[in-house]
Amino acid sequence: MTDDALLRDFEMHKPRALARAISCAESGRGGDIVRALYSKTGRAVTIGLTGPPGVGKSTLASALVRKARGLGKSVGVISVDPSSPFSHGALLGDRIRLVEHFTDEAVFIRSMASRGHLGGLAGATADAVSLMDAFGFDVILIETVGVGQSEIAIAELAQTTVVALQPGSGDSIQVLKAGIMEIADVFVVNKADHPMANQLRREIRSAMEMLQWDGWVPELVATQALAGEGIEQLWAAIERHMAYLNETGEIEGRRRDAFVHQVRQLAMGRIERRLDRVLESESSTGIDPYAAAERVISKLGL
Amino acid sequence: MNERPLRVVIAKAGLDGHDRGAKVIARALRDAGMEVIYTGLFQAPEQIVQTAVQEDADGIGLSILSGAHMTLFPLVVEQLKAQDAGDIVFFGGGTIPPEDAKRLKELGVREIFTPGAPLQTIVDFVTRECGKRRTPAA
Ligand code: B12
Ligand SMILES: Nc1nc2c(ncn2[C@@H]2O[C@H](COP(=O)(O)OP(=O)(O)OP(=O)(O)O)[C@@H](O)[C@H]2O)c(=O)[nH]1
Ligand SMILES: [Mg+2]
Repeated sequence: MTDDALLRDFEMHKPRALARAISCAESGRGGDIVRALYSKTGRAVTIGLTGPPGVGKSTLASALVRKARGLGKSVGVISVDPSSPFSHGALLGDRIRLVEHFTDEAVFIRSMASRGHLGGLAGATADAVSLMDAFGFDVILIETVGVGQSEIAIAELAQTTVVALQPGSGDSIQVLKAGIMEIADVFVVNKADHPMANQLRREIRSAMEMLQWDGWVPELVATQALAGEGIEQLWAAIERHMAYLNETGEIEGRRRDAFVHQVRQLAMGRIERRLDRVLESESSTGIDPYAAAERVISKLGL
Repeated sequence: MNERPLRVVIAKAGLDGHDRGAKVIARALRDAGMEVIYTGLFQAPEQIVQTAVQEDADGIGLSILSGAHMTLFPLVVEQLKAQDAGDIVFFGGGTIPPEDAKRLKELGVREIFTPGAPLQTIVDFVTRECGKRRTPAA
């Protein structure tokens, strides 16, 4: 399909065109389409969902989609899963939890493999957000890889970041130490049906007390995503955060962060591809690594 | 890495709870470097095709061990046409007698693999057929 035909189909609101456009972005060929559509972006509300593996991110996403649909909003969902570093293949299973929305035309679900990117997102996740935004989705939910730490990328990309934790997993303290406190706009204690749920809530509260907050103080919500319990409260907390961003003007800072994130991904992608080519022609004889690095940098023109 | 891995949807349809085969296939394709989207059990043909469209999949592999293959495979073929997605490679497997497999292939199912089919044969088939769809510039 030519770029013109793709753009025409996209503008005619064909889901296949959105799907193809995301694939183009994933293979580093998103330039033409994202540029042509960029003026249509900036309307969607973007919500990030992160937390350790199995905490219930996809189940929460499904419940939030249900809530948003009840309010008449259309929703795009992006779920990122890890690629195997060995085969580069991936098993993308987040969709299983979103099955009730499969034939709802106002819901578009896309699974993305991380393809070697760190930080919980794929290199083209930001492009996918732009494309879903341009397609007209009101809300875009972004589920990260369940890594448990240093998901800073999602805080950059999303306007509101929801960090989900689960009771009794033992890694909660670890997660609280690992810089998660700083990125959460809303904390969720999911699987609140678990006997240790209250203890986890206390742990999060006391961890929060050790930090200084100016402006927004993260909210803490208990949910049972599977049963749909607490989803009203979670949605309300997300709405309060969005209102806060809009009232204080902080939304502009968030938009800029997302923009910088996207530009960094695009620039890094190109630099990495060139770097790989340059490295292929480097030999290891008669040179030390520092000198070789200098030579590579100068070949890259950096 | 500029070359995008092949993307394949592996699906289970109807009331069929036999998911071992589907999972074995999903893992084999992943290990061969593909991105595999697993739909879970009990999907309707419409849901399967919609998933493949949204995921921009190169292929759909349907697994049926319930005996309902003569209804479900044709329904997926129909949905592929209805959703303007006839270019997606559609194949499958399960407990399907040879004469039924022959009939399904006439209807547009690219290939049917039955119990005992070697995983390497399946991986080679998917790599070849889905790969064709990618060239020249997909
Ligand atoms: C294990 C098994 C079960 C397990 C399933 C466990 C699970 N989670 O999968 C349990 C015990 C739960 C079970 C239950 C039932 N089973 Co049962 N089961 C089997 C059995 C013995 C083996 C299936 C299996 O897992 N094989 C191993 C996997 C790896 O092989 P495979 O799925 O065939 O996959 C290979 C190929 O077929 C192909 N393939 C399969 N799918 C796909 C998909 C793609 C995309 C591709 C490319 C290839 C491909 O490639 C694979 C590798 O070679 C078969 C008998 C048989 N010989 O097949 C009966 C069988 C499938 N079961 C049968 C029946 C009747 C039932 C029950 C209705 C029994 C009952 N009365 O309760 C229930 C129904 C359950 C349900 N909800 O659907 C019948 C089906 C009859 C029919 N087709 O008309 C069979 C054929 C037994 C028989 N001869 O009667 N079953
Ligand atoms: N008991 C209980 N189980 C839940 C709840 N929410 C989700 N689960 C279960 O937790 C398991 C994992 O849920 P997912 O939504 O797949 O979790 P995830 O965080 O998306 O997992 P990854 O994407 O693999 O990291 C599933 O078996 C869910 O059914 C809950 O509130 N209570
Ligand atoms: Mg998930």
